[in-house]
Amino acid sequence: MYVIIAGGGKVGSNIARSLIEMQREVTILEQRRDRFAQLEAEFGHAAMLGDATEIAVLERAGIERPPDLVLAVTGDDEDNLIISQIAKEGYGVPKAIARVNDPRNQQHFDLLGITETVCATSGLLALVEHEVPEHGLVRLLELRREGLEVVEVQVVADSPAAGKRVAGLSLPDGAQLVSVMRNGVAEIAVGETVIRPGDQVVAILKPGVEDRLRRALVG
Amino acid sequence: MHAVIIGCGRVGSSVAKQLAAEGWDVTCVDEDENALARLGAWKGGFVVGHGMDKDILEAAGAGEAEAAVVATDGDNSNLVIGQILQRRYGINCVVVRVLDPARAEFYARLGLRTVCPTQTAISTLTEAVRACEVPVPQATS
Repeated sequence: MYVIIAGGGKVGSNIARSLIEMQREVTILEQRRDRFAQLEAEFGHAAMLGDATEIAVLERAGIERPPDLVLAVTGDDEDNLIISQIAKEGYGVPKAIARVNDPRNQQHFDLLGITETVCATSGLLALVEHEVPEHGLVRLLELRREGLEVVEVQVVADSPAAGKRVAGLSLPDGAQLVSVMRNGVAEIAVGETVIRPGDQVVAILKPGVEDRLRRALVG
Repeated sequence: MHAVIIGCGRVGSSVAKQLAAEGWDVTCVDEDENALARLGAWKGGFVVGHGMDKDILEAAGAGEAEAAVVATDGDNSNLVIGQILQRRYGINCVVVRVLDPARAEFYARLGLRTVCPTQTAISTLTEAVRACEVPVPQATS
């Protein structure tokens, strides 16, 4: 497996270290000389100096082979977008994963077909929301390609779902319960599972039915 | 006819003034409010902000534009903004300034109208030397 990592900051260098430990072949590109010197000291020939948005630099890194995976993890969203596009559309790289630094730019990655993205800010925000049950419904995971999302709902004493069997709930079309977490233990939700106050219920659903699911479970 | 100009530097501001003089309704976008001074006595629109920002693009009338010129000082920003204007707002005539000839050619193949001043300079300078009346050097083999 060959991986090109564009961007040698904290994210890129730590991924490079892990992949090299896993015996993967890696090239890590960095345009800042000071950072490159550190990378070269640690990774030797696997580190390369240059701007990864320049086609000649990517070619020197072996983009024509092509690599199995390109990780665009610079601190600049425009650069990450361009690197991913050149890799996928120019060289047929099967998979490019891009870092989204500013969550407001997520829509641009979606628009330009860069579907595999990671945004630390959005991830952290989801975790924060996870800790705030008053929010009602928390998005845990978006399955973009499948057009589905996984959400969590906290059931309380006066929720309409409390005390009911899963089979007896009137859930909206396009939503299904996955699991019920009680006292830190999760069970797969089946028809006979009874929902209790305090349960954290995980559901999978099509975008757009969140509100109806929320009403069905917690009112 | 509405045109949006992203990046109001030397190039963007001059294009804006020419199009306005030809009767276009032009709005410029630049991160620096001082860029407005480059437009002189300006009757068109001017929005301060970044061209990646959807609200800014919409404030500049991207939704109603027939043409867009993207000429900020960053090639990658220009390429991304150009594609947003083309795909999200369906503007048919989007022209993008790209200084790197390789990226300009790559994105031209992907269907973006790129203009590369570097390539133009290379061709013009080479032609200028060819046009000089000096003895033709013998090719060394």
